[in-house]
Amino acid sequence: MYEIVQDILDARRLTQTVASNRDGAVVTFAGIVRGKNRGKKVLFLEYEAYPEMAIRMMKRIGDEIQKTWGLTSVAMQHRVGRLNVGETSVLIVVSAPHRDDAFAACQYAINRFKRIVPVWKKEIFEDGELWVEGPVETVEAAKE
Amino acid sequence: MKVHLKLFAGVREITGQQEVEFDVEEGTTAGGLWERLLTDYPKLTPYTEIIQVAVNQDVVDRGVKLRAEDEVAFLPPVSGG
Repeated sequence: MYEIVQDILDARRLTQTVASNRDGAVVTFAGIVRGKNRGKKVLFLEYEAYPEMAIRMMKRIGDEIQKTWGLTSVAMQHRVGRLNVGETSVLIVVSAPHRDDAFAACQYAINRFKRIVPVWKKEIFEDGELWVEGPVETVEAAKE
Repeated sequence: MKVHLKLFAGVREITGQQEVEFDVEEGTTAGGLWERLLTDYPKLTPYTEIIQVAVNQDVVDRGVKLRAEDEVAFLPPVSGG
């Protein structure tokens, strides 16, 4: 299952979509909104996605994992909209027959996700806001 | 011919547009469409070096020629997760 969602993410529910009898290991990665970034207090985040392409890219990552690790199942969800500190922004669940593959594939999935899935976050601070996109200097210059 | 442009994050905010239809000439490239957007919105200039172009939801080279009804997106570097 690959989804961009507005609702609160539920790791247990997502895990149920991948677990099967052949698998002895399930690894879950949850990305959480941090209260501080680059030394500044973050009030909340806003995430935006290009949903159709995001789902395609998530499927691509799932296919890559299938090719490399074989018998694994993958599910991913990313939340969009306003997220408060402490809330879950992304969930990745990988199940596999053995734990080594499940850990490795899950780490691969989140690393790839952060590179190729079109999702963006804006950090809202007490004294301003900033889209996190590429080199920060470039983006701030764009807003002058 | 008509193409459908989708804009996100900072690019969306600068243009104030999420989805725009553009009439472009045959042979217009993805990069050419970006140049045209720049003339309307010079504030996008710093993005020229960092955006990726997706046509019909696949990242492509800027030299790719657009076809009628293509869905074109200019993607700032992603920051999900």
